Amino acid sequence: MAERELVIPGDMLGEGISGSGTYMENGKIFASVLGLAERRDKLIFVIPLNGIYSPKTGDGVIGKIEDIAFSHWIVNINAPYSGVLPLNEAVTDFVDLTKTDLTKYFNYDDIIFVKISNVTKTKSIQLTMKDRKCRKLYGGRLIKITPAKVPRIIGKGGSMVELIKNHTGCQIVVGQNGIVWIKGEKEDLAIEAIQYIEEKSHITGLTDKIKEMLEKKTGKGDENGTKINS
Amino acid sequence: MEQKLIVDGKRIDGRTFDQLRPMEARAGILKNADGSGYFRLGRTIAIAGIFGPRQVHPRHMEEAEAAILKCRYNMASFSTTERNRPGPSRRSKEISKVIREALMPVLFLEEFPKSAIDLHVEILQADASTRCAGINAASIALADAGIPMRDLIASCSVGVVEGQIMLDIAGKEDTEGDVDLPIAYYPKRDLITLLQMDGMVTREQLKQLLELAKKGAMQVYEAQRQALRSKYLEE
Amino acid sequence: MISIDPEVIKELTTKGIRVDHRAFDEYRKIKIETGIIEKAEGSARVEIGGTKVIAGVKMEIGEPFADRPDDGVLITNAEFLALAYHEFEEGPPRENSIELARVVDRGIRESKAIDLKKLCIENGKKVWMVFVDIDILDHDGNLIDAAALAAIAALLNTKFPKLDIIEEDGEKRYVIDYEQKTDPLPVTQKPIGVTAAKISGKILFDPNIAEESAVEGKISMGITDNMIASIQKSEPGGFSIEEIDHIAEIAMKKASEIRAMLG
Repeated sequence: MAERELVIPGDMLGEGISGSGTYMENGKIFASVLGLAERRDKLIFVIPLNGIYSPKTGDGVIGKIEDIAFSHWIVNINAPYSGVLPLNEAVTDFVDLTKTDLTKYFNYDDIIFVKISNVTKTKSIQLTMKDRKCRKLYGGRLIKITPAKVPRIIGKGGSMVELIKNHTGCQIVVGQNGIVWIKGEKEDLAIEAIQYIEEKSHITGLTDKIKEMLEKKTGKGDENGTKINS
Repeated sequence: MEQKLIVDGKRIDGRTFDQLRPMEARAGILKNADGSGYFRLGRTIAIAGIFGPRQVHPRHMEEAEAAILKCRYNMASFSTTERNRPGPSRRSKEISKVIREALMPVLFLEEFPKSAIDLHVEILQADASTRCAGINAASIALADAGIPMRDLIASCSVGVVEGQIMLDIAGKEDTEGDVDLPIAYYPKRDLITLLQMDGMVTREQLKQLLELAKKGAMQVYEAQRQALRSKYLEE
Repeated sequence: MISIDPEVIKELTTKGIRVDHRAFDEYRKIKIETGIIEKAEGSARVEIGGTKVIAGVKMEIGEPFADRPDDGVLITNAEFLALAYHEFEEGPPRENSIELARVVDRGIRESKAIDLKKLCIENGKKVWMVFVDIDILDHDGNLIDAAALAAIAALLNTKFPKLDIIEEDGEKRYVIDYEQKTDPLPVTQKPIGVTAAKISGKILFDPNIAEESAVEGKISMGITDNMIASIQKSEPGGFSIEEIDHIAEIAMKKASEIRAMLG
């Protein structure tokens, strides 16, 4: 198997340990999704080129408040299942539920960056705001990308998203669920770059291409000093 | 028997008995659907679109341990010589069911409990084997949507016309033939996942028909795989 | 309602045992009664084990299809009555009842069991329409075979009602007297439905309802003399060509046995 070879469901990938995007039958490993096959030592896995978001514990996602119940919020996390954010996972101070309206904290259609604290076998999704990065996102724009391509948008050690931030001066938050929040003067350029990455995620030398594109459009290199932590 | 549909050992459209009509397969032809596919077999044209896995509506249909596959096969009203009345018919409901059942064996539905995968198959032009073209487009669409699956399902039909067994009957062969037998084939496990037949055959003929159909399905399978590959390899 | 766990059925099947201790190719007890509905032109009640169905045939005069001007019209319909099973509901026909009716219909049609030409009254204008309606009364598995058997038994039991054609002022009037039955319907073949199920990789015939909950797939064949006239695979799951051939072989034998019961 060649490095990062395009594979189709049912393609035989050899022998070893069956990783994500693969399945084992009669001791052989086969691709279960359309994507790029990779081998790391004995582990064989396929990075999908498309697919919906499947929630995993520990993922940071961008969600929208869909419903408000007595003591929790229901959050749309761009997955087949909604997430549940209990009051005590969202607010640290004591809340008297008989007197407080939960919309005071999060209202319908509010956008939040939230962590998945637990996914049960039957796909109940528990959410928490108890993480440094979790917060409500005000303003800005949201775009949807293929969740499988999130690692390409982020890049190695966050290098790709840093590159875009530095060239556009935008705040960018990338949810593992394929929702990206962008806020800043050059939102359009940031979106263009992200969409380009999504479209060409399977080609090599992508970072250089993006850098070239951003430099051409902004007419300069990094905007020093505009680094903003996501 | 007077032979009208076979002339000098060839079929009315010039094909040999074991030849499929020209095929055209494409992946990712629609923007909004999560996955899509196109499959043309001669004049029969099918497109398929996938949404999901997503939340199940109505909720009582959801299953605790696996995704459900919902399938809607529909023939466009302009797809036939005489206008086809729009909306579901008894025929289209039955075909929706057998298409769903033909595809389910390859899907890892257990990876998405309590969710639904919606498959829409639209026949844009009908000249026999519409369910086969629909399945072929659907398989491409499912793979294009990134839905985990063990293999692609490939489908074609065989028939008996003027006493002769032949692959992929079409046109007059369809309306005047004696037997029509569509199959769907799961190559990795050598299994037939859709099987229907109208007509009269002996046990021996049935076996021959199935062997021929399997050969046809393998050609379809190659075309499907090529379609998925070329979506990403063109540049 | 609590029923036998499909996993238990699968395990038993692996060991070569059926839940009701039948051989893999053995049918449950079949009962056929005909002429049970006086108001119908033909009728039959069929039991296969605990499965009970009734088929009634009604005839009317109607117009032929444009592309078959001298053929009578055969219409088959099936109703899954809500009293037959806790999962059946009232309302428009669902996928399963539609499939059942269409499979039974194809069995009759493809075997050319009825000589439709003999149902022509006036070419291109008036033909007999034969309605075969099947009511599922009790669902204990293998509805297709029971429905197909009830349909052919009812058709064999069918007699034309008396028809008078009266000409008045150059116009024809067709008057049917349903109280008077005349000639039998021209039924020339006796197609029999035989259904096999695959469970734990094994092929068995006439699945009961507990077995149906564990099937990977089913294949129903409509058999006439020594020919296969129709096939329908249902449920997810696949079959090899060898398995299909095995089913065809047994289906031929079973069909002759069942056909003999029609008299």
